[in-house]
Amino acid sequence: MKSAVIQLPGLNRDRDMIAALTKISGQAPVTVWQTETELPEVDLIVIPGGFSYGDYLRCGAIAARMPVMKAVAEKAAKGVLVIGVCNGFQILLEAGLLPGALMRNASLKFVCREVKLQVANANTAFTRAYAPGQIIRCPVAHHDGNFFAAPETLARIEGEGQVAFRYAEGTNPNGSINDIAGIVNGAGNVLGLMPHPENLVEAAHGGTDGRALFESVLGRAA
Amino acid sequence: MTIPNDIRITPELVAAHGLKPDEYQRILDLIGREPTFTELGIFSAMWNEHCSYKSSKRWLRTLPTSGPQVIQGPGENAGVVDIGDGQCVVFKMESHNHPSYIEPYQGAATGVGGILRDVFTMGARPIAAMNALRFGAPDHPKTQHLVAGVVAGIGGYGNSFGVPTVGGEVNFDPRYNGNCLVNAFAAGLARTDGIFYSKAEGVGLPVVYLGAKTGRDGVGGATMASAEFDETIEEKRPTVQVGDPFTEKCLLEACLELMATGAVIAIQDMGAAGLTCSAVEMGAKGDLGIELDLDKVPVREERMSAYEMMLSESQERMLMVLRPEKEPEAEEIFRKWGLDFAIVGRTTDDLRFRILHGGEEVANLPIKELGDEAPEYDRPWAEPKMPPALDAATVPAADVADSLLKLLGSPDLSSRRWVWEQYDTLIQGNSLQIPGGDAGVVRVEDHPTKALAFSSDVTPRYCEADSFEGGKQAVAECWRNLTATGADPLAVTDNLNFGNPERPEIMGQFVRAIKGIGEACRALSFPIVSGNVSLYNETLGQAIPPTPTIAGVGLIPDWSKMARIAFAGEGQAILLAGAPESWGTHLGQSAYLRDVHGRAEGAPPPVDLAHEKRVGDFVRGVIRSGTVTAAHDCSDGGLAVALAEMAMASGIGARIDAPVNSASAAFFGEDQGRYVLTAALAREDAQLATLIEDARKAGVSLIAIGVTGGRELKLGEARAISVEELKEAHEGWFPRFMQDGSLQ
Repeated sequence: MKSAVIQLPGLNRDRDMIAALTKISGQAPVTVWQTETELPEVDLIVIPGGFSYGDYLRCGAIAARMPVMKAVAEKAAKGVLVIGVCNGFQILLEAGLLPGALMRNASLKFVCREVKLQVANANTAFTRAYAPGQIIRCPVAHHDGNFFAAPETLARIEGEGQVAFRYAEGTNPNGSINDIAGIVNGAGNVLGLMPHPENLVEAAHGGTDGRALFESVLGRAA
Repeated sequence: MTIPNDIRITPELVAAHGLKPDEYQRILDLIGREPTFTELGIFSAMWNEHCSYKSSKRWLRTLPTSGPQVIQGPGENAGVVDIGDGQCVVFKMESHNHPSYIEPYQGAATGVGGILRDVFTMGARPIAAMNALRFGAPDHPKTQHLVAGVVAGIGGYGNSFGVPTVGGEVNFDPRYNGNCLVNAFAAGLARTDGIFYSKAEGVGLPVVYLGAKTGRDGVGGATMASAEFDETIEEKRPTVQVGDPFTEKCLLEACLELMATGAVIAIQDMGAAGLTCSAVEMGAKGDLGIELDLDKVPVREERMSAYEMMLSESQERMLMVLRPEKEPEAEEIFRKWGLDFAIVGRTTDDLRFRILHGGEEVANLPIKELGDEAPEYDRPWAEPKMPPALDAATVPAADVADSLLKLLGSPDLSSRRWVWEQYDTLIQGNSLQIPGGDAGVVRVEDHPTKALAFSSDVTPRYCEADSFEGGKQAVAECWRNLTATGADPLAVTDNLNFGNPERPEIMGQFVRAIKGIGEACRALSFPIVSGNVSLYNETLGQAIPPTPTIAGVGLIPDWSKMARIAFAGEGQAILLAGAPESWGTHLGQSAYLRDVHGRAEGAPPPVDLAHEKRVGDFVRGVIRSGTVTAAHDCSDGGLAVALAEMAMASGIGARIDAPVNSASAAFFGEDQGRYVLTAALAREDAQLATLIEDARKAGVSLIAIGVTGGRELKLGEARAISVEELKEAHEGWFPRFMQDGSLQ
C-alpha cells in the first residue's frame, strides 16, 4: 500500500503515524509538505494529529487553507482514501471535506486517556476488518473533540451510515453529540476521527486494537 | 517611549537591580568607570542568584558529577549520559517557581518550554517530560487556582509541542501557600556523535539569531526570581514571559534539521536573561569576544531600547555561531519553518562584550569577567534544629482499614489522574509506563529492546525535619523507583528549592541537604549531571520547606522483562524485600502520623545506603530473571498503601498475614529500602524457599507476607476492603477538590 502523510507546522503525531503505517504496511509513507500543490499517486492520504499553526484562530482553520489541502481535496474527489486523525479531523472539517464541527471538550480540559469505541459501521473502507458493532480500545488526546452537527446534518450522517465509530460504554470523553468519535463523508472515502488508532498497533502499546483500521485500508489496496 | 541609555546610576537604581552596594563596587573596580544603564542591566542579569549561583556554587562543587556513563556533566544546557549503541540521553530539570505563582498558566508553560529548549539545544529530540509540583494547603484561597493554571499551562505547552509527560509529583503543604514550586524535567535522545555545545569557536564568524521575535515580556525575570515575594507581587506580572509552543515545535524541527547539515558551530538557547546570558556564555566559554548589533535583532514591538532587548526573556529564541559557507542553507531551513533568522553580530578576538544600538556603543564589558567574576558567597549557615525521635508508644492504635482509606483519599496520596489526564502521555508512540506507577518508561526508538525509566522524588516533610537524611532519602527513593521497573539507575538532575539563603538557618538546610544528596549519589553511583537552584522561595519571611527535587534516569536493557506495579495474576506469593523482621517500624514523619493522627513529629526514616544498594541490586536481578511478576517500592503511606496501589492497578485483591508486632508500624511505617514483589509461585512452593534463601545469601531480607487473589484487600486482622472501595477513596479526592474546592 502506498501512502502519504501530510506535514504542516505544528502537527506532532506525524512520526507516530509514519511509524504505524510503516509497521503495518511494510512500506514507509511519503511525506508531503504543506506548500506542495500536487500529491504523488498513493492509495491513502493521512493528515495526522497535532496542533497545526498552534491551533491559533481555530483548530485546523489555518491548515485547511494551505496549498496542500487543495491537492488533498482533488484526490478525495477522485476517490482516493483520506484519513484525518485528531487535528487531521479538524482540518478536514475546516476544509469542508467532512460535515459538522468539533468544539472544545465539554470539560473544557485537554484529555488523554483510553476509551472504548464501537464500530458503528463496519462496511466502510476503513472499518471492514472489524466486526459490526465490535467494541475496541483506543486512546484519545485532545482539547477540541466535542463533535457537533446541526439537526438536519446529524440526521443525514446518522441516516446514511456515516458514523464510523462511537464512544462506547459511557466513555465519551468530550461531550460529542450521539457519542460520535469518527465519521466518513457521503462517498465513504474520507474518514475523520478524534481517537488515535496509530497509538495502539503493537505489543509495546499494550494492545493492537487500532491495527484493523489500517488493515482495512490495506486490504482494499492490496 | 524609549528608555535612554544615559540614565544616571543612583544607589536606588542599583538596589532596584538587585545588586548589593559591595556588588556594585565590584562592578566599578572591574570596569574602572560607572556603567551605562544598559551595562547595569547586563550585570544585574548575570550576577543575580538565578544566573550566577553565587550562594550555592561553593556547595554544588562538592556533588559527584562524573562516572563512566557521563558524557557531559553540569555546566552545559543539559547533562548527557551514554546509553550504549552510540546513543545518549540528554536531560535536565529546572524550576519556574516564581513566575508560576504570579501567573500560573504562562509561568508553568514557559517552564516546560525552557527545559525542552535546553534539551534540544544540545541536539537531542525530546522524548519524555515530568513535572514536580508543590502547592499550598488545599483550603488556601489561591491553591485551587494555582493547581488549575499550572496543570493547564504544562499541558498546553507540552501537548502542543508533542512530548509525552510520563511522570511527576504533586504535593500540598501550607508552607507553600506563598510560593508554589514548578520543577520541569525534560529528556531527549541524541547520537553521541551529534551533541552540540555552547562554546563558540573561530574569530569573525557570524552570530545568528533564530526563532521568535524579541518583545518586552519577561524583562528582568531572572532578577525577579532572585528575590523574595511581598505585598507587591501583583506588580511583578509583566516579568512573566508568554509561551508559544507552536513556535517552539517549529524551532525544534528547524534546529534538528540545521544541525544535520553540519552548519552549527555553537548553539545556546535564550533562557533566563535572554540575549545577555546566551551571548556571554558562548563567548566566554570559547575565549572569544562577541559584538552584537541590536538594530538587526528581530523585534515585535517598536522603539525597544538596548536595555530592554538585552534583558527581554521572550521565549522560543536561539543564538548560534554558524559556518559562514552554510548560511544560505541555514536561512532556507528557518524560512521554511516560518522563523526569524538574522545575523546580529560576530565573534571577535578582544574578549569584549560590545553592544551597538542606533549606531552607538551602549555597552562594552569584559566578557570573561561577566561570568567568572560574579560574586561568590560562603554564606554563614547554622545547624538546623531537628525534632526529637518519635516515641512510638505515644501513637494510639487506629483501625488499619479506616486508616488506609483515609490515606488513599488524602490530598498527598490520592490519585493524580485529574492532573495527568490533562497531559498527553502517549504521543510519539513509545510510552510503556505512564503516570501511576513507580516510574515513567519510554522505549528507545529504533532499538528493539531498550527503554528509559524516569522518576522524580523528594519528601519535603523529611527534609524539613532533617535536611541531611531528607536529601539522602530523595536520591534513594528516586533510585528505588527506577530499580522497581528493572532499570539500571544511570544519573540524576537536581532541582534545589529553598528559602532565603541570607538566613543562616535556611543556608543550613541547603548545606545539609547537599551533603545528604552527595553522600547518597556517591554510594549509589548515581552522579548529578545537571540541575538548577531556586532560592528565595519565601514570602513575608515564611520559607517553603526544603525541597531538593531529584529526577533520575534509568536504562532498561530489555523492556519485555520490565516490572510494573499491578499484581500480575491470582494466587501469587507476595514478598516484602529489604524490610525488618516486623515489616515496618518507623512512624516518625510518616504520612500516617500526619494524616491519621494529625501529628508532624519525629525524625524522618533514616536511609542505610549500603542496605539500599544491596536490596535494589537484588530486586533488579529477580525482575530481570523473570522470577518477579510485579514490583513496587514502599514510600508514603508504607506497606499498606503500596499493596493497595498494586491491587488498584490490577483489580486483583490480596490477603496479607497478620503482623507479629504493631499493625500500624508494620502497615504504615515508612522504613526505607523496601519493595513489595510478587512471584508466580504458591507459598508452599520449594522454589519460593530457594528464592528467600538466595536473598538471604545476598544479605537481603525477603519475607513472604501474603497471596494475591479475589477482589478484596485484607490486611491481617483488619476488615477486608474491596478493590472498588479502595479506588473510590483514591480517585475521588482530586476531582472533587478541583470541582468545588471540597476538602473531603
